[in-house]
Amino acid sequence: MAIDVRSGHDSRIVAGLPKSPTGIGGFDQVTDGGLPTGRPTLVCGGAGCGKTLFAISFLVHGATRFDEPGVYMSFEESSDELAQNVASLGFDLPGLIEKKRIVLDHVRVERSEIEETGDYDLEGLFIRLGFAIDSIGARRVVLDTIESLFSGLANQSILRAELRRLFRWLKDKGVTAVITGERGDGTLTRQGLEEYVSDAVILLDHRVTEQVSTRRLRIVKYRGSAHGTNEYPFLIDQDGIAVLPVTSMGLTHAAPAERISTGVARLDTMLGGQGYFRGSTILVSGTAGAGKSSLSAHFVDAACRRGERCLAFEFEESPQQVIRNMRSIGIDLQRWVDRGLLEFHAARPSLHGLEMHLSRMHRAIERFRPSVVIFDPVSSLISVAAEGDVRATLTRLIDYLKVQGITALLTSLTHGRGELEQTDVAISSIVDTWLLLVTLESNGERNRGLYVLKSRGMGHSNQIREFLLTDQGVELIDVYAGPSGVVTGSGRLTQEAQERAAALAQEQELERKERTLARLRAAFDAEVAALRAKFEAEQADLATGIDEQRSRATRLRDDRRKVAERRRADAAGSGNGRKQGDESDVDDRRSKAR
Amino acid sequence: MMEVTAMQPNTPSAETGPPFDGQILRLYIAGQTPRSVKAFANLKKICEEHLTGKYRVEVIDLVQNPQLAAGDQILAVPTLVRRLPEPVRKIIGDLSNTDRVLVGLDIRPAS
Repeated sequence: MAIDVRSGHDSRIVAGLPKSPTGIGGFDQVTDGGLPTGRPTLVCGGAGCGKTLFAISFLVHGATRFDEPGVYMSFEESSDELAQNVASLGFDLPGLIEKKRIVLDHVRVERSEIEETGDYDLEGLFIRLGFAIDSIGARRVVLDTIESLFSGLANQSILRAELRRLFRWLKDKGVTAVITGERGDGTLTRQGLEEYVSDAVILLDHRVTEQVSTRRLRIVKYRGSAHGTNEYPFLIDQDGIAVLPVTSMGLTHAAPAERISTGVARLDTMLGGQGYFRGSTILVSGTAGAGKSSLSAHFVDAACRRGERCLAFEFEESPQQVIRNMRSIGIDLQRWVDRGLLEFHAARPSLHGLEMHLSRMHRAIERFRPSVVIFDPVSSLISVAAEGDVRATLTRLIDYLKVQGITALLTSLTHGRGELEQTDVAISSIVDTWLLLVTLESNGERNRGLYVLKSRGMGHSNQIREFLLTDQGVELIDVYAGPSGVVTGSGRLTQEAQERAAALAQEQELERKERTLARLRAAFDAEVAALRAKFEAEQADLATGIDEQRSRATRLRDDRRKVAERRRADAAGSGNGRKQGDESDVDDRRSKAR
Repeated sequence: MMEVTAMQPNTPSAETGPPFDGQILRLYIAGQTPRSVKAFANLKKICEEHLTGKYRVEVIDLVQNPQLAAGDQILAVPTLVRRLPEPVRKIIGDLSNTDRVLVGLDIRPAS
């Protein structure tokens, strides 16, 4: 892994060495501010590597953004050609010349027109350059490509002496100069210009590996300043030249605790109940057709619903295809595109080199400022570079995204069963959450399963869920784990049916028992009621008998008393109740005694 | 030291009107340096010996007129430019090699 060693100590040096920003995206970061002010810088490289573009960008940006007018002395292209070539990048050279911000001077050296006789010097060139500089108060100068003089003039020793004098003269003038040079065999430049320009040397390279070209930039030398020593990829597109910003690699990015939904409720549950961490990196790997894109579409949909911006990099499908396919599972991505919340960037992996892809992605991210980024599938990038490069590139990209607090979802296509694909292994250590979509084969069918392989910083489910793609999107269902392993698909359905039948039977049995119990209770109650009725009837009978007997006995006593009264009416009428009783008792005893 | 000035040699035909069919030459120099003086002296000698009056010479000091350098694509000084007849030829250096100057001016074929 490339580590950029630009630590704090260089800031002291930077303080002593003024720098002129080039305005070239990324380059000023790599060099901590740009090119050394008031000194010449050599920019060398092979044909078509972007030397002229680098130089003209430096000059135009100086004139338009940094208030430093400039002189462009071209030894190859004419003024008109140059203006045409850079017009496509939005540089209005004729306009800048009109406003006296830039002077273009085309120096043409035709050997066939020139005869050399005796001693000379290049004072004419100095005068021309000096005149151009003074006419607009230029602070910047470009000499592109001064080596052409070597083919136009025969006397090399004069030429070399004069070039040495020229670079000295440029320094004395205090202009920040860019001198371009064609790369030679085994040397940085054909004519060894690096001998004369010793303050800063930048090497541009245009390499083709496996039919894919990549542009790279390296700072060979930067006197008096610390600088990144890596080869930095750069790209040239409609926006000009841009060096890939070198990310900190310092692992100092913030770690937000905020959680965001995966778009699938059951998956949120599996991930500690709340979904992914914001700013984290998620890898979804699986075999072809396992549902990786669907899962990412859910995530995109959820993000857009929250009103967040999403950027999707598609390496295998066109945006229209993705939108159509996702509509079939009930996700309407088109509306998010229409509202400007979702942007697709589709490109075949083989269209550019890996670094170029990376640069373009950087650019798109910087322009769109998304909060969610999708790469589908990241594994196809491996087809354009070696595994180590892919890993380094992705590490850099993920690092960048983390620093920006952007949540990234990468899908990765794995082949076959069992062993995980190499890319997965290569990048798994740099992702925070790894979801694995597996194919479960049983009963002559393939079914999808999902599990969380890892998820940093949260408790997550260890369960396999069956993964269904329905009209309403992804659905996660519990799988049946039985003695014969995990059961999914129709096996699961059979199992479910069996369980349903068993449950039904059990319920019916229960109902039957309940009915029996109810019947028994009813019989018992009826019997109790009958007994009670019988008891009550007898009780009534007995009560009546008792009453009759009692009233009969009373009547008998009354009758006896009446008889007694009739016999001794006086006795009974003179005394009170008590005496009567006593007397009657006495009477009884008397009668017994008799 | 001899002062470098524009030479206006006797060319009777130039005054009477018909088109000038001789050489029109321009010598670019940068200040009154020994090299400029030497080049001018050499040019004067060659003109007098080989051009037999059919020439005009203009001397341009770029130190005084720096804006004129771009027009004739001047890099080296001294540079002698033959503006007419076409094609334009340039001879750079102090003109010390007479033979090469004559070849450059198409007066003598290249050997």
